[in-house]
Amino acid sequence: MIDFVDLWVYLSGSPLLWLTVTLVAYLAADAISTGCGRHPLANPVLLSVVFISIVLVLSKTAFPSYFAGAQFIHFLLGPATVALAVPLYRHLPEVKRMFVPMIVALVVGSIISITSAVLLAKWLGLSKLAMLALAPKSATAAIAMGVAEKVQGDPALTAVVVIMTGISGAIVVTPLMNALRLRNYAARGFAAGLVSHGIGTARAFQVNPLAGTFAGIALGLNGVLTAILVPLLLPWLLD
Amino acid sequence: MLHAFAILLCLQLAGEAAVRALGSPVPGPVIGLALLFLWLVARIPIPHTTHETADGILKHLSLLFVPAGVGVVQQLPLLGAEGWKLLGIILVSITLSLAATAVTFAAIAKLMKIDGGAPEGERR
Repeated sequence: MIDFVDLWVYLSGSPLLWLTVTLVAYLAADAISTGCGRHPLANPVLLSVVFISIVLVLSKTAFPSYFAGAQFIHFLLGPATVALAVPLYRHLPEVKRMFVPMIVALVVGSIISITSAVLLAKWLGLSKLAMLALAPKSATAAIAMGVAEKVQGDPALTAVVVIMTGISGAIVVTPLMNALRLRNYAARGFAAGLVSHGIGTARAFQVNPLAGTFAGIALGLNGVLTAILVPLLLPWLLD
Repeated sequence: MLHAFAILLCLQLAGEAAVRALGSPVPGPVIGLALLFLWLVARIPIPHTTHETADGILKHLSLLFVPAGVGVVQQLPLLGAEGWKLLGIILVSITLSLAATAVTFAAIAKLMKIDGGAPEGERR
């Protein structure tokens, strides 16, 4: 009989195990999400993260050993971002027609996203580091962490807030838009991408390809606008 | 499929190089996105599998955020006593900004009499 401990020591040291666990956990989460009719609460990112975190705690695995395997999936975020150009090009006629609503909604959404978070944090008496992490929360992680660094915030805390924003937004967006009786899928997708960056975009692609396209545009535009607005608005908001 | 993947990687690499050279705050992959978009708009021939490969990756975009999400769970103690307040603020702030963005977008589109892109009218 093979000694289980030896086998475990061997497998847990190679990237294969955690790469496989991530993929299988996601497939299970995606099957549950599909089984629930893509119900927003059955969010595949949230479910996979919960499954994997339980496995990591039970097996006493440290994050760096997990990431040694999961990095191959994480790496694909780059090419996936480049790939967003394809649906953007495919829906170019709609994008051109909606140019004015898009730009106005971008400015309104970006300002409200930054100011509401910082002012609420100030009102509840949160630390300055928390406020600095909340300000760029709707930008994609790479941009938000860069912005946080620029304003003397904590990039690690910012990354946590950014991912929390992404998952919460992906869950809230569908019921909220239905409650508002908004049937404009370009508008719905654009809001999802603006507020919840890539995770909101992933949710929008699940619902509708047009929504996904506008979410991808919003993700790019709001990333840039947040990097410009946060350093401008912060002195005034923290005053 | 391999050709398409090579194109995505080359454009990302070009984007990363541009970011380093210009010191721009925009991440390399976003520059890569812009480059691929310009390529398509210019109608320069591109392997036909590029479209399928892009759709294939984007169909499972959620998967790609899982490792970062697991990392966040590990970092949760970082939030300390402020954790619940932070979550509350995030929920209120995203509700306000989601509603404001979508309502503004839809209202201006209606004002300009632009059709809303309902699911029936979608193109694939």
